[in-house]
Amino acid sequence: MKTEKISTKRKIYDRIIKGLMLISVAIISILVVFLIVYIMAKGIPNISWELLTTKPSRLKGTIGILPDILNTVYIVISTLLIVLPIGVGAAIYLTEYATNHRLVSIIEYTSETLSGIPSIIYGLVGMIFFCEFFQLETSLLAGSLTLVIMNLPTIMRTTQESLKTVPQSYREGAFGLGSGKWRVIRTVVLPGCVDGIITGCILSVGRIMGETAALFYTAGFAHTLSGFFEGMVNSGATLTVSLYVYAKESGEFEVAFAIASILMILTVLINLSASLVQSYYQKRRSL
Amino acid sequence: MQRKHNLLENTIHGIFLLMGLVTVGFVLLISIYLIISGIPAIAEIGFFKFMFGKVWASTHSTNPQFGILPFILSSIYGTAGAIVLGVPIGFFASVYLSKMASPKVKSVITSAVSLLAGIPSVVYGLVGMLVLVPGIRNILNIADGASLLAAILVLTVMILPSIIKVSITALDAVPREYEDASLALGATPVETYFRVSVPAAKSGIAAAIVLGVGRAIGEATAVMMVAGNAPNMPSLLQSVRFLTTAVASEMSYAGEGLQRQALFSIALVLFLFIMLINAVLNFFIKKDKEE
Repeated sequence: MKTEKISTKRKIYDRIIKGLMLISVAIISILVVFLIVYIMAKGIPNISWELLTTKPSRLKGTIGILPDILNTVYIVISTLLIVLPIGVGAAIYLTEYATNHRLVSIIEYTSETLSGIPSIIYGLVGMIFFCEFFQLETSLLAGSLTLVIMNLPTIMRTTQESLKTVPQSYREGAFGLGSGKWRVIRTVVLPGCVDGIITGCILSVGRIMGETAALFYTAGFAHTLSGFFEGMVNSGATLTVSLYVYAKESGEFEVAFAIASILMILTVLINLSASLVQSYYQKRRSL
Repeated sequence: MQRKHNLLENTIHGIFLLMGLVTVGFVLLISIYLIISGIPAIAEIGFFKFMFGKVWASTHSTNPQFGILPFILSSIYGTAGAIVLGVPIGFFASVYLSKMASPKVKSVITSAVSLLAGIPSVVYGLVGMLVLVPGIRNILNIADGASLLAAILVLTVMILPSIIKVSITALDAVPREYEDASLALGATPVETYFRVSVPAAKSGIAAAIVLGVGRAIGEATAVMMVAGNAPNMPSLLQSVRFLTTAVASEMSYAGEGLQRQALFSIALVLFLFIMLINAVLNFFIKKDKEE
Protein backbone atom coordinates (compact mmCIF):
# COMPACT_ATOMS: atom_id res chain seq x y z
CA MET A 1 0.00 0.00 0.00
CA LYS A 2 2.63 2.50 1.03
CA THR A 3 4.44 3.49 -2.10
CA GLU A 4 5.51 6.91 -0.96
CA LYS A 5 7.93 7.50 1.87
CA ILE A 6 6.79 9.69 4.72
CA SER A 7 9.21 12.27 6.09
CA THR A 8 10.68 11.71 9.55
CA LYS A 9 8.97 14.81 10.87
CA ARG A 10 5.56 13.48 9.92
CA LYS A 11 6.43 10.08 11.36
CA ILE A 12 7.36 11.64 14.71
CA TYR A 13 4.12 13.68 14.73
CA ASP A 14 2.19 10.48 14.08
CA ARG A 15 3.90 8.62 16.88
CA ILE A 16 3.49 11.40 19.42
CA ILE A 17 -0.21 11.87 18.73
CA LYS A 18 -0.84 8.14 18.79
CA GLY A 19 1.03 7.94 22.08
CA LEU A 20 -1.05 10.74 23.58
CA MET A 21 -4.27 9.04 22.50
CA LEU A 22 -3.26 5.74 24.00
CA ILE A 23 -2.16 7.39 27.25
CA SER A 24 -5.52 9.19 27.52
CA VAL A 25 -7.52 6.02 26.95
CA ALA A 26 -5.26 4.17 29.40
CA ILE A 27 -5.81 6.84 32.08
CA ILE A 28 -9.57 6.54 31.71
CA SER A 29 -9.53 2.73 31.79
CA ILE A 30 -7.28 2.63 34.84
CA LEU A 31 -9.49 5.18 36.58
CA VAL A 32 -12.65 3.17 36.01
CA VAL A 33 -11.07 -0.11 37.07
CA PHE A 34 -9.53 1.51 40.13
CA LEU A 35 -12.81 3.09 41.21
CA ILE A 36 -14.76 -0.15 40.83
CA VAL A 37 -12.17 -2.35 42.56
CA TYR A 38 -11.44 0.12 45.36
CA ILE A 39 -15.06 0.80 46.25
CA MET A 40 -16.09 -2.84 46.01
CA ALA A 41 -13.12 -4.05 48.05
CA LYS A 42 -13.78 -1.54 50.79
CA GLY A 43 -17.57 -1.71 50.69
CA ILE A 44 -18.72 -5.28 50.09
CA PRO A 45 -17.15 -6.75 53.27
CA ASN A 46 -19.06 -4.18 55.30
CA ILE A 47 -22.46 -5.06 53.90
CA SER A 48 -24.24 -7.26 56.38
CA TRP A 49 -27.79 -8.50 56.77
CA GLU A 50 -28.12 -6.40 59.89
CA LEU A 51 -27.01 -3.25 58.06
CA LEU A 52 -29.58 -3.77 55.33
CA THR A 53 -32.55 -4.63 57.50
CA THR A 54 -32.43 -2.39 60.55
CA LYS A 55 -32.58 1.27 61.40
CA PRO A 56 -29.80 3.05 63.27
CA SER A 57 -30.02 2.57 67.00
CA ARG A 58 -28.32 4.87 69.47
CA LEU A 59 -29.10 2.47 72.28
CA LYS A 60 -27.28 -0.48 70.77
CA GLY A 61 -24.81 1.73 68.90
CA THR A 62 -25.58 -0.02 65.61
CA ILE A 63 -26.13 1.49 62.19
CA GLY A 64 -28.73 0.22 59.74
CA ILE A 65 -29.62 1.66 56.38
CA LEU A 66 -33.08 0.20 55.82
CA PRO A 67 -34.79 3.61 56.28
CA ASP A 68 -32.41 5.17 53.76
CA ILE A 69 -33.07 2.41 51.23
CA LEU A 70 -36.83 2.87 51.65
CA ASN A 71 -36.55 6.66 51.42
CA THR A 72 -34.62 6.30 48.18
CA VAL A 73 -37.28 3.98 46.77
CA TYR A 74 -40.08 6.33 47.88
CA ILE A 75 -38.44 9.38 46.38
CA VAL A 76 -37.69 7.59 43.09
CA ILE A 77 -41.30 6.37 42.77
CA SER A 78 -42.93 9.67 43.69
CA THR A 79 -40.64 11.74 41.47
CA LEU A 80 -41.25 9.49 38.47
CA LEU A 81 -45.01 9.48 39.07
CA ILE A 82 -45.11 13.25 38.86
CA VAL A 83 -42.44 13.93 36.25
CA LEU A 84 -43.52 11.28 33.73
CA PRO A 85 -46.89 12.71 32.69
CA ILE A 86 -45.54 16.27 32.55
CA GLY A 87 -42.37 15.37 30.65
CA VAL A 88 -44.08 13.05 28.16
CA GLY A 89 -46.89 15.57 27.72
CA ALA A 90 -44.45 18.39 27.05
CA ALA A 91 -42.59 16.26 24.51
CA ILE A 92 -45.86 15.38 22.77
CA TYR A 93 -46.82 19.04 22.67
CA LEU A 94 -43.49 19.96 21.10
CA THR A 95 -43.50 17.29 18.40
CA GLU A 96 -47.23 16.79 17.71
CA TYR A 97 -49.06 20.02 18.46
CA ALA A 98 -46.79 23.04 18.43
CA THR A 99 -46.91 25.09 15.26
CA ASN A 100 -45.34 28.27 16.56
CA HIS A 101 -41.60 28.07 15.99
CA ARG A 102 -40.79 30.75 18.46
CA LEU A 103 -42.68 29.00 21.28
CA VAL A 104 -40.94 25.70 20.50
CA SER A 105 -37.52 27.30 20.65
CA ILE A 106 -38.38 29.06 23.91
CA ILE A 107 -39.52 25.77 25.49
CA GLU A 108 -36.46 23.95 24.23
CA TYR A 109 -34.18 26.71 25.48
CA THR A 110 -35.74 26.68 28.95
CA SER A 111 -35.47 22.90 29.06
CA GLU A 112 -31.75 23.13 28.27
CA THR A 113 -31.38 25.84 30.88
CA LEU A 114 -33.00 23.60 33.48
CA SER A 115 -30.59 20.77 32.72
CA GLY A 116 -27.64 23.13 33.23
CA ILE A 117 -28.66 24.55 36.61
CA PRO A 118 -26.54 23.13 39.46
CA SER A 119 -28.31 20.93 41.96
CA ILE A 120 -27.43 23.16 44.90
CA ILE A 121 -29.52 25.94 43.33
CA TYR A 122 -32.41 23.51 42.93
CA GLY A 123 -32.00 22.65 46.59
CA LEU A 124 -32.13 26.28 47.61
CA VAL A 125 -35.12 27.18 45.44
CA GLY A 126 -36.86 23.94 46.45
CA MET A 127 -36.36 24.90 50.06
CA ILE A 128 -37.85 28.39 49.79
CA PHE A 129 -40.56 27.37 47.34
CA PHE A 130 -41.80 23.94 48.45
CA CYS A 131 -40.68 23.78 52.09
CA GLU A 132 -41.43 27.36 53.10
CA PHE A 133 -43.88 28.90 50.62
CA PHE A 134 -46.04 25.76 50.27
CA GLN A 135 -45.31 24.81 53.88
CA LEU A 136 -44.39 21.22 53.09
CA GLU A 137 -41.49 21.62 55.54
CA THR A 138 -38.46 19.40 55.16
CA SER A 139 -40.04 16.28 53.71
CA LEU A 140 -39.55 13.62 51.06
CA LEU A 141 -42.41 15.21 49.13
CA ALA A 142 -40.61 18.57 48.99
CA GLY A 143 -37.46 16.70 47.92
CA SER A 144 -39.22 14.79 45.20
CA LEU A 145 -40.95 17.90 43.85
CA THR A 146 -37.52 19.54 43.60
CA LEU A 147 -36.24 16.49 41.73
CA VAL A 148 -39.23 16.68 39.39
CA ILE A 149 -37.95 20.03 38.07
CA MET A 150 -34.44 18.60 37.71
CA ASN A 151 -35.52 15.51 35.79
CA LEU A 152 -38.09 17.12 33.54
CA PRO A 153 -35.55 17.92 30.77
CA THR A 154 -34.28 14.32 30.74
CA ILE A 155 -37.73 12.80 30.23
CA MET A 156 -38.64 15.46 27.67
CA ARG A 157 -35.47 14.90 25.66
CA THR A 158 -35.59 11.10 25.50
CA THR A 159 -39.32 11.07 24.69
CA GLN A 160 -38.89 13.72 22.01
CA GLU A 161 -36.03 11.83 20.41
CA SER A 162 -38.05 8.68 20.12
CA LEU A 163 -41.17 10.55 18.96
CA LYS A 164 -39.14 11.80 16.03
CA THR A 165 -38.47 8.19 14.98
CA VAL A 166 -42.20 7.37 14.70
CA PRO A 167 -42.73 7.48 10.90
CA GLN A 168 -44.91 10.33 9.67
CA SER A 169 -46.79 7.87 7.47
CA TYR A 170 -48.23 6.11 10.56
CA ARG A 171 -49.81 9.36 11.69
CA GLU A 172 -51.08 10.15 8.20
CA GLY A 173 -52.54 6.67 7.89
CA ALA A 174 -54.43 7.06 11.13
CA PHE A 175 -55.65 10.54 10.20
CA GLY A 176 -56.70 9.20 6.82
CA LEU A 177 -58.89 6.61 8.52
CA GLY A 178 -60.70 9.46 10.21
CA SER A 179 -59.15 9.49 13.69
CA GLY A 180 -58.93 12.71 15.66
CA LYS A 181 -55.63 14.03 16.89
CA TRP A 182 -56.00 12.69 20.43
CA ARG A 183 -56.88 9.23 19.15
CA VAL A 184 -53.83 9.22 16.87
CA ILE A 185 -51.60 10.19 19.77
CA ARG A 186 -53.10 7.58 22.06
CA THR A 187 -53.06 4.67 19.65
CA VAL A 188 -50.20 5.39 17.24
CA VAL A 189 -47.77 7.94 18.63
CA LEU A 190 -47.56 6.93 22.30
CA PRO A 191 -46.95 3.20 21.68
CA GLY A 192 -44.19 4.22 19.28
CA CYS A 193 -42.25 6.18 21.86
CA VAL A 194 -42.30 3.66 24.70
CA ASP A 195 -38.55 3.11 24.37
CA GLY A 196 -37.83 6.81 24.85
CA ILE A 197 -40.03 6.93 27.93
CA ILE A 198 -38.37 3.84 29.42
CA THR A 199 -34.87 5.18 28.69
CA GLY A 200 -35.84 8.50 30.25
CA CYS A 201 -37.11 6.70 33.35
CA ILE A 202 -33.92 4.69 33.73
CA LEU A 203 -31.72 7.78 33.35
CA SER A 204 -33.89 9.66 35.83
CA VAL A 205 -33.70 6.84 38.37
CA GLY A 206 -29.92 7.13 38.16
CA ARG A 207 -30.00 10.86 38.65
CA ILE A 208 -32.50 10.75 41.53
CA MET A 209 -30.55 8.01 43.27
CA GLY A 210 -27.29 9.90 42.93
CA GLU A 211 -28.56 13.31 44.00
CA THR A 212 -27.36 14.89 47.22
CA ALA A 213 -27.03 18.67 47.06
CA ALA A 214 -30.66 19.24 46.04
CA LEU A 215 -31.91 17.07 48.89
CA PHE A 216 -29.94 18.37 51.88
CA TYR A 217 -32.36 21.16 52.67
CA THR A 218 -35.50 19.83 51.02
CA ALA A 219 -35.71 16.19 52.17
CA GLY A 220 -33.47 16.38 55.20
CA PHE A 221 -31.45 13.88 57.17
CA ALA A 222 -33.82 11.74 59.27
CA HIS A 223 -33.51 7.95 59.51
CA THR A 224 -37.01 7.01 60.65
CA LEU A 225 -38.59 3.84 59.39
CA SER A 226 -42.00 4.54 57.87
CA GLY A 227 -44.48 3.54 55.20
CA PHE A 228 -44.87 5.32 51.88
CA PHE A 229 -47.49 7.95 52.75
CA GLU A 230 -46.18 8.59 56.21
CA GLY A 231 -42.65 8.76 54.82
CA MET A 232 -43.53 11.28 52.12
CA VAL A 233 -44.63 13.96 54.58
CA ASN A 234 -41.69 13.47 56.91
CA SER A 235 -38.04 14.30 56.61
CA GLY A 236 -35.86 11.44 55.40
CA ALA A 237 -32.33 10.83 54.15
CA THR A 238 -31.74 8.94 50.92
CA LEU A 239 -28.77 6.58 50.52
CA THR A 240 -26.55 9.30 49.06
CA VAL A 241 -27.43 11.85 51.70
CA SER A 242 -26.73 9.41 54.51
CA LEU A 243 -23.48 8.37 52.80
CA TYR A 244 -22.48 12.04 52.92
CA VAL A 245 -23.42 12.35 56.58
CA TYR A 246 -21.68 9.11 57.61
CA ALA A 247 -18.50 10.07 55.76
CA LYS A 248 -18.29 13.79 56.40
CA GLU A 249 -20.00 14.37 59.73
CA SER A 250 -19.66 11.19 61.75
CA GLY A 251 -16.59 9.51 60.23
CA GLU A 252 -18.30 6.10 59.87
CA PHE A 253 -16.30 5.12 56.83
CA GLU A 254 -17.26 1.41 56.89
CA VAL A 255 -20.93 2.28 56.51
CA ALA A 256 -20.10 4.96 53.95
CA PHE A 257 -18.23 2.48 51.79
CA ALA A 258 -20.95 -0.14 52.18
CA ILE A 259 -23.46 2.41 50.83
CA ALA A 260 -21.01 3.49 48.11
CA SER A 261 -20.65 -0.10 46.91
CA ILE A 262 -24.42 -0.54 46.84
CA LEU A 263 -24.69 2.67 44.79
CA MET A 264 -21.97 1.44 42.42
CA ILE A 265 -23.80 -1.84 41.84
CA LEU A 266 -27.04 0.05 41.19
CA THR A 267 -25.25 2.41 38.78
CA VAL A 268 -23.88 -0.56 36.82
CA LEU A 269 -27.35 -2.14 36.72
CA ILE A 270 -28.94 1.11 35.55
CA ASN A 271 -26.39 1.57 32.77
CA LEU A 272 -26.80 -2.04 31.69
CA SER A 273 -30.59 -1.85 31.55
CA ALA A 274 -30.48 1.45 29.64
CA SER A 275 -28.30 -0.06 26.93
CA LEU A 276 -30.36 -3.28 26.88
CA VAL A 277 -33.57 -1.30 26.34
CA GLN A 278 -31.95 0.66 23.57
CA SER A 279 -30.61 -2.35 21.70
CA TYR A 280 -33.89 -4.27 22.16
CA TYR A 281 -35.92 -1.50 20.56
CA GLN A 282 -33.36 -0.87 17.85
CA LYS A 283 -33.61 -4.52 16.84
CA ARG A 284 -37.40 -4.38 16.87
CA ARG A 285 -37.40 -1.25 14.73
CA SER A 286 -35.11 -2.72 12.13
CA LEU A 287 -37.33 -5.80 11.72
CA MET B 1 -71.61 15.42 18.19
CA GLN B 2 -69.04 17.32 16.15
CA ARG B 3 -69.00 20.16 18.63
CA LYS B 4 -68.49 17.78 21.55
CA HIS B 5 -65.61 16.20 19.69
CA ASN B 6 -64.00 19.56 19.03
CA LEU B 7 -64.37 20.47 22.66
CA LEU B 8 -62.53 17.29 23.68
CA GLU B 9 -59.75 17.88 21.16
CA ASN B 10 -59.34 21.50 22.23
CA THR B 11 -59.22 20.59 25.91
CA ILE B 12 -56.56 18.00 25.26
CA HIS B 13 -54.58 20.45 23.12
CA GLY B 14 -54.78 22.89 26.02
CA ILE B 15 -53.56 20.31 28.52
CA PHE B 16 -50.54 19.43 26.38
CA LEU B 17 -49.79 23.11 25.88
CA LEU B 18 -49.80 23.58 29.65
CA MET B 19 -47.39 20.69 30.10
CA GLY B 20 -45.15 22.18 27.45
CA LEU B 21 -45.12 25.48 29.30
CA VAL B 22 -44.13 23.90 32.62
CA THR B 23 -40.39 24.23 31.89
CA VAL B 24 -40.82 27.89 30.98
CA GLY B 25 -42.70 28.39 34.24
CA PHE B 26 -39.99 26.67 36.28
CA VAL B 27 -37.19 28.71 34.73
CA LEU B 28 -39.12 31.93 35.40
CA LEU B 29 -39.87 30.78 38.92
CA ILE B 30 -36.24 29.99 39.68
CA SER B 31 -34.96 33.23 38.16
CA ILE B 32 -37.52 35.41 39.91
CA TYR B 33 -37.07 33.69 43.28
CA LEU B 34 -33.30 34.00 43.10
CA ILE B 35 -33.41 37.64 42.07
CA ILE B 36 -35.97 38.60 44.71
CA SER B 37 -34.18 36.81 47.51
CA GLY B 38 -30.68 37.61 46.29
CA ILE B 39 -30.89 41.37 45.75
CA PRO B 40 -31.61 42.60 49.34
CA ALA B 41 -28.33 41.39 50.84
CA ILE B 42 -26.31 42.78 47.92
CA ALA B 43 -28.08 46.10 48.34
CA GLU B 44 -27.41 46.14 52.07
CA ILE B 45 -23.76 45.10 51.87
CA GLY B 46 -23.01 47.12 48.76
CA PHE B 47 -22.32 45.61 45.33
CA PHE B 48 -18.58 46.21 45.24
CA LYS B 49 -18.02 45.23 48.85
CA PHE B 50 -19.94 42.01 48.23
CA MET B 51 -18.42 41.00 44.89
CA PHE B 52 -14.84 42.14 45.51
CA GLY B 53 -14.51 41.90 49.28
CA LYS B 54 -11.74 39.50 50.19
CA VAL B 55 -12.99 38.52 53.64
CA TRP B 56 -15.95 36.30 54.46
CA ALA B 57 -16.73 36.28 58.16
CA SER B 58 -20.50 35.90 58.25
CA THR B 59 -20.68 34.68 61.84
CA HIS B 60 -18.43 37.34 63.36
CA SER B 61 -20.39 38.72 66.30
CA THR B 62 -19.44 42.41 66.14
CA ASN B 63 -18.19 42.99 62.63
CA PRO B 64 -19.48 40.39 60.15
CA GLN B 65 -17.98 40.69 56.67
CA PHE B 66 -19.47 39.43 53.45
CA GLY B 67 -16.92 39.48 50.65
CA ILE B 68 -17.33 36.66 48.13
CA LEU B 69 -14.27 37.26 45.95
CA PRO B 70 -12.56 34.18 47.49
CA PHE B 71 -15.52 31.99 46.44
CA ILE B 72 -15.71 33.43 42.94
CA LEU B 73 -11.99 33.01 42.37
CA SER B 74 -11.93 29.51 43.89
CA SER B 75 -14.76 28.45 41.60
CA ILE B 76 -13.01 29.92 38.57
CA TYR B 77 -9.59 28.49 39.42
CA GLY B 78 -11.03 25.10 40.30
CA THR B 79 -12.97 24.94 37.05
CA ALA B 80 -10.02 26.18 35.00
CA GLY B 81 -7.76 23.58 36.61
CA ALA B 82 -10.19 20.77 35.88
CA ILE B 83 -10.52 21.98 32.27
CA VAL B 84 -6.75 22.21 31.78
CA LEU B 85 -6.31 18.64 33.03
CA GLY B 86 -9.50 17.10 31.72
CA VAL B 87 -9.80 18.54 28.22
CA PRO B 88 -6.57 17.07 26.76
CA ILE B 89 -7.35 13.62 28.17
CA GLY B 90 -10.96 13.79 27.03
CA PHE B 91 -10.04 15.20 23.63
CA PHE B 92 -7.40 12.63 22.70
CA ALA B 93 -9.51 9.80 24.07
CA SER B 94 -12.55 10.88 22.04
CA VAL B 95 -10.62 11.14 18.78
CA TYR B 96 -9.18 7.68 19.43
CA LEU B 97 -12.56 6.19 20.31
CA SER B 98 -14.41 7.85 17.44
CA LYS B 99 -11.88 7.25 14.69
CA MET B 100 -9.27 4.63 15.48
CA ALA B 101 -10.63 2.17 18.04
CA SER B 102 -12.09 -1.16 16.94
CA PRO B 103 -15.86 -1.39 17.49
CA LYS B 104 -15.30 -3.70 20.46
CA VAL B 105 -12.83 -1.38 22.21
CA LYS B 106 -15.09 1.57 21.46
CA SER B 107 -18.13 -0.07 23.04
CA VAL B 108 -16.21 -1.24 26.13
CA ILE B 109 -14.60 2.15 26.79
CA THR B 110 -17.76 4.15 26.08
CA SER B 111 -19.70 2.03 28.55
CA ALA B 112 -16.91 2.62 31.07
CA VAL B 113 -17.29 6.35 30.43
CA SER B 114 -21.08 6.10 30.91
CA LEU B 115 -20.40 4.36 34.21
CA LEU B 116 -18.15 7.28 35.24
CA ALA B 117 -21.02 9.62 34.35
CA GLY B 118 -23.46 7.62 36.44
CA ILE B 119 -21.44 7.38 39.64
CA PRO B 120 -23.04 9.69 42.24
CA SER B 121 -20.96 12.75 43.13
CA VAL B 122 -20.99 11.78 46.80
CA VAL B 123 -19.10 8.59 45.89
CA TYR B 124 -16.46 10.65 44.08
CA GLY B 125 -16.31 12.80 47.19
CA LEU B 126 -15.80 9.76 49.41
CA VAL B 127 -12.98 8.34 47.30
CA GLY B 128 -11.43 11.81 47.09
CA MET B 129 -11.61 12.17 50.85
CA LEU B 130 -9.94 8.87 51.59
CA VAL B 131 -7.51 8.52 48.68
CA LEU B 132 -6.69 11.94 47.23
CA VAL B 133 -6.65 14.05 50.37
CA PRO B 134 -4.30 11.78 52.39
CA GLY B 135 -2.28 11.20 49.21
CA ILE B 136 -1.70 14.91 48.67
CA ARG B 137 -0.88 15.35 52.34
CA ASN B 138 1.73 12.59 52.31
CA ILE B 139 3.32 13.27 48.94
CA LEU B 140 3.59 17.04 49.33
CA ASN B 141 4.15 16.83 53.06
CA ILE B 142 1.62 19.48 54.07
CA ALA B 143 -0.59 19.64 57.14
CA ASP B 144 -3.89 19.02 55.40
CA GLY B 145 -4.53 17.60 51.95
CA ALA B 146 -8.05 19.01 51.70
CA SER B 147 -7.25 21.70 49.15
CA LEU B 148 -7.98 23.34 45.83
CA LEU B 149 -5.71 20.74 44.20
CA ALA B 150 -7.86 17.87 45.53
CA ALA B 151 -11.00 19.60 44.26
CA ILE B 152 -9.42 20.12 40.82
CA LEU B 153 -8.48 16.44 40.56
CA VAL B 154 -11.94 15.22 41.56
CA LEU B 155 -13.62 17.68 39.17
CA THR B 156 -11.31 16.55 36.36
CA VAL B 157 -12.61 13.00 36.69
CA MET B 158 -16.19 14.20 36.98
CA ILE B 159 -16.18 16.32 33.81
CA LEU B 160 -14.44 13.68 31.64
CA PRO B 161 -17.65 11.80 30.73
CA SER B 162 -19.48 14.94 29.50
CA ILE B 163 -16.50 16.04 27.43
CA ILE B 164 -15.92 12.61 25.90
CA LYS B 165 -19.56 11.80 25.11
CA VAL B 166 -20.34 15.09 23.39
CA SER B 167 -17.01 15.16 21.51
CA ILE B 168 -17.52 11.61 20.23
CA THR B 169 -20.98 12.51 18.93
CA ALA B 170 -19.53 15.53 17.12
CA LEU B 171 -16.61 13.55 15.66
CA ASP B 172 -18.85 10.67 14.56
CA ALA B 173 -20.96 13.12 12.60
CA VAL B 174 -18.06 14.32 10.40
CA PRO B 175 -18.82 13.19 6.83
CA ARG B 176 -16.72 10.20 5.78
CA GLU B 177 -15.95 11.90 2.43
CA TYR B 178 -13.83 14.60 4.09
CA GLU B 179 -11.58 11.96 5.59
CA ASP B 180 -11.45 9.88 2.42
CA ALA B 181 -10.41 12.93 0.42
CA SER B 182 -7.61 13.71 2.85
CA LEU B 183 -6.42 10.09 2.92
CA ALA B 184 -6.46 9.94 -0.87
CA LEU B 185 -4.19 12.98 -0.98
CA GLY B 186 -1.62 11.04 0.99
CA ALA B 187 -2.19 12.23 4.55
CA THR B 188 -1.71 9.60 7.24
CA PRO B 189 -4.79 8.59 9.25
CA VAL B 190 -3.56 10.53 12.30
CA GLU B 191 -2.98 13.67 10.21
CA THR B 192 -6.42 13.25 8.67
CA TYR B 193 -8.20 12.94 11.99
CA PHE B 194 -6.45 15.90 13.60
CA ARG B 195 -6.30 18.25 10.62
CA VAL B 196 -9.57 17.41 8.90
CA SER B 197 -12.00 15.68 11.27
CA VAL B 198 -11.23 17.73 14.38
CA PRO B 199 -11.56 21.13 12.65
CA ALA B 200 -14.82 19.91 11.07
CA ALA B 201 -16.15 18.98 14.52
CA LYS B 202 -14.76 22.01 16.33
CA SER B 203 -18.09 23.55 17.36
CA GLY B 204 -19.25 20.26 18.86
CA ILE B 205 -15.99 19.85 20.73
CA ALA B 206 -16.23 23.44 21.98
CA ALA B 207 -19.76 22.66 23.20
CA ALA B 208 -18.36 19.62 25.03
CA ILE B 209 -15.79 21.78 26.80
CA VAL B 210 -18.36 24.41 27.79
CA LEU B 211 -20.58 21.63 29.13
CA GLY B 212 -17.63 20.49 31.22
CA VAL B 213 -17.18 24.03 32.54
CA GLY B 214 -20.83 24.06 33.60
CA ARG B 215 -20.51 20.72 35.38
CA ALA B 216 -17.38 21.77 37.22
CA ILE B 217 -18.63 25.15 38.38
CA GLY B 218 -21.94 23.67 39.56
CA GLU B 219 -20.64 20.70 41.55
CA ALA B 220 -21.23 21.03 45.27
CA THR B 221 -21.16 17.72 47.14
CA ALA B 222 -17.86 16.30 45.93
CA VAL B 223 -16.10 19.66 46.30
CA MET B 224 -17.46 20.05 49.81
CA MET B 225 -15.94 16.70 50.77
CA VAL B 226 -12.41 17.35 49.46
CA ALA B 227 -11.77 21.11 49.41
CA GLY B 228 -11.73 21.73 53.17
CA ASN B 229 -14.25 24.56 53.02
CA ALA B 230 -12.28 27.40 54.61
CA PRO B 231 -13.10 30.79 53.03
CA ASN B 232 -9.51 31.52 51.97
CA MET B 233 -8.37 33.34 48.88
CA PRO B 234 -7.56 30.48 46.49
CA SER B 235 -4.14 28.89 46.51
CA LEU B 236 -3.42 25.43 45.15
CA LEU B 237 -2.51 23.73 48.41
CA GLN B 238 -4.88 25.57 50.71
CA SER B 239 -8.36 24.79 51.87
CA VAL B 240 -10.89 26.71 49.74
CA ARG B 241 -14.59 27.29 49.42
CA PHE B 242 -16.39 27.39 46.06
CA LEU B 243 -19.57 29.36 45.27
CA THR B 244 -21.56 26.13 45.45
CA THR B 245 -20.10 25.00 48.75
CA ALA B 246 -20.47 28.49 50.22
CA VAL B 247 -24.23 28.11 49.77
CA ALA B 248 -24.31 24.53 50.98
CA SER B 249 -22.09 24.81 54.03
CA GLU B 250 -23.82 27.65 55.87
CA MET B 251 -27.42 26.98 54.88
CA SER B 252 -28.01 24.54 57.70
CA TYR B 253 -27.21 26.93 60.53
CA ALA B 254 -27.91 30.31 58.96
CA GLY B 255 -30.86 31.76 60.82
CA GLU B 256 -32.84 34.72 59.61
CA GLY B 257 -31.18 37.98 58.69
CA LEU B 258 -28.25 39.09 56.65
CA GLN B 259 -26.22 35.86 56.83
CA ARG B 260 -29.04 33.86 55.28
CA GLN B 261 -29.85 36.53 52.72
CA ALA B 262 -26.22 36.70 51.68
CA LEU B 263 -26.34 32.97 50.86
CA PHE B 264 -29.15 33.65 48.41
CA SER B 265 -27.03 36.40 46.88
CA ILE B 266 -24.19 33.91 46.40
CA ALA B 267 -26.66 31.55 44.71
CA LEU B 268 -27.73 34.42 42.45
CA VAL B 269 -24.12 35.06 41.42
CA LEU B 270 -23.64 31.35 40.72
CA PHE B 271 -26.87 31.33 38.72
CA LEU B 272 -25.68 34.25 36.58
CA PHE B 273 -22.43 32.39 35.87
CA ILE B 274 -24.43 29.35 34.79
CA MET B 275 -26.74 31.40 32.57
CA LEU B 276 -23.69 32.89 30.87
CA ILE B 277 -22.21 29.43 30.33
CA ASN B 278 -25.56 28.21 28.96
CA ALA B 279 -25.65 31.06 26.48
CA VAL B 280 -22.14 30.20 25.26
CA LEU B 281 -23.09 26.52 25.10
CA ASN B 282 -26.15 27.32 23.01
CA PHE B 283 -24.06 29.43 20.68
CA PHE B 284 -21.75 26.50 19.95
CA ILE B 285 -24.59 23.98 19.64
CA LYS B 286 -26.33 26.23 17.11
CA LYS B 287 -23.11 26.70 15.17
CA ASP B 288 -22.54 22.94 15.19
CA LYS B 289 -26.02 22.35 13.77
CA GLU B 290 -25.49 24.94 11.04
CA GLU B 291 -22.25 23.30 10.02
